[in-house]
Amino acid sequence: MSLVERIRAGDRLALARLLTQIENEDAAGFDTLTELFPRTGRAHLIGITGAPGSGKSTLVNRLAMELRHRTGATVAVVAVDPSSPFTGGALLGDRIRMRDLSGDPGVFIRSMASRGALGGLARTTASVVDAFDAAGYGWVLIETVGAGQAEVEIARTAHTTVVIEAPSAGDDVQAIKAGILEAADVLVVNKADLPGADNAVRALQSALELAANLRPVWDHHGRLETVEAASAEPAWTPPVLKAVATQGGGISELVDAIQAHGAHLKAGGGRRRRDQERLRSQVLALLGAHLLDAFLESRGREQIDAAVESVVGRRSSPRQVVEALLQARR
Amino acid sequence: MTTTKLRILIAKPGLDGHDRGAKVIARALRDAGFEVIYTGLRQTPEMIAEAALQEDVDAIGLSILSGAHMALVPRVLELLSAQGQDGVPLLLGGIIPDEDIPELKQRGVAAIFGPGTTTDAVVAAFQQAAADAPPRS
Repeated sequence: MSLVERIRAGDRLALARLLTQIENEDAAGFDTLTELFPRTGRAHLIGITGAPGSGKSTLVNRLAMELRHRTGATVAVVAVDPSSPFTGGALLGDRIRMRDLSGDPGVFIRSMASRGALGGLARTTASVVDAFDAAGYGWVLIETVGAGQAEVEIARTAHTTVVIEAPSAGDDVQAIKAGILEAADVLVVNKADLPGADNAVRALQSALELAANLRPVWDHHGRLETVEAASAEPAWTPPVLKAVATQGGGISELVDAIQAHGAHLKAGGGRRRRDQERLRSQVLALLGAHLLDAFLESRGREQIDAAVESVVGRRSSPRQVVEALLQARR
Repeated sequence: MTTTKLRILIAKPGLDGHDRGAKVIARALRDAGFEVIYTGLRQTPEMIAEAALQEDVDAIGLSILSGAHMALVPRVLELLSAQGQDGVPLLLGGIIPDEDIPELKQRGVAAIFGPGTTTDAVVAAFQQAAADAPPRS
């Protein structure tokens, strides 16, 4: 049986193998994914992001249990942790907090190393998510690396982005800075049994009130562009929830909010728009990588090295050598 | 653009709560460029086999200090074999009496490390075991 047939038949080892091939950017893996691609587009993709130690893995553990219990649909978890920029190695520890999910064949957890990508996800995370989608998983939970303020890649990968904050994560100016909070569809103040939780909720709520009248704008590779037909989309005000993930508190309300957001996206055409954004950024990222590879191949190493040398010696600026390299090609 | 990384599962089966050794090994393997999936304490053989399958790992390292290795290790090997992963090398570290070593090796454990082993030796053994493993289909 081919890998595709085995995956369609529900063979979990075959799926695991495909995920490895995709992570390794193996041509065979991408061929299989191409064959499976028409079957994607059905899963609800949920992004979970927040600072290191805010409780992402613990929340994912509870959320997956609640989704299984309430909807009966299968759940895939993609948990990304950082790779070392020095050795390329990684310690992937998200499973430690997800032991309650063990023993349920309707749950599949896959750890991924970021392998040098910035933005909170690995370069192949979107493809791994596609593989789970094609294999029939109803919910895909994507946990980012512990994110700071600007790792908003997840908002382009998921349908619903959940941003987790811990109490005393900063004053109310932190809450109105640009970046990750703008990407949130649902906000969760986790560890709400700690002091400062109510203050955190209030700060986030008032930040959202300030933002309520503004239109969402994406920054695409340095160019600002407004989301197409944004005015036609009914407004969604991200709810601010409290949770104590270690005890399971607030998880039921979180699932309510995620389902409400899913219904909102379907009703207003936002789901299609998010898919467009998501696939567009996938296509552009691939195009960029291939153009760069092709260009480097056509130039040869010496020319690039010479250009870099000339920049190191301060004889040319980086911009100058790039212009020269591009012109020499024509 | 292919970038293959070796993925290793480090797990602590059974009930002893001493995971310092497992963490030292996980850290050493990370520094050697492996992607290490660490499961944490008190894993059942079933949990370990399930994690090995989902993560499609190239090798598994178990740390056992409880003395229950003659029950736990064969069970993990059995489950791996049942799910089609009998080619995945299993390495063992902890307090393993000398008289148990021949039987464990005969059952298919690739390497066994006791106290005093250097992290370099462990890293080399994982590299060797992964290189010797049959290709996966």
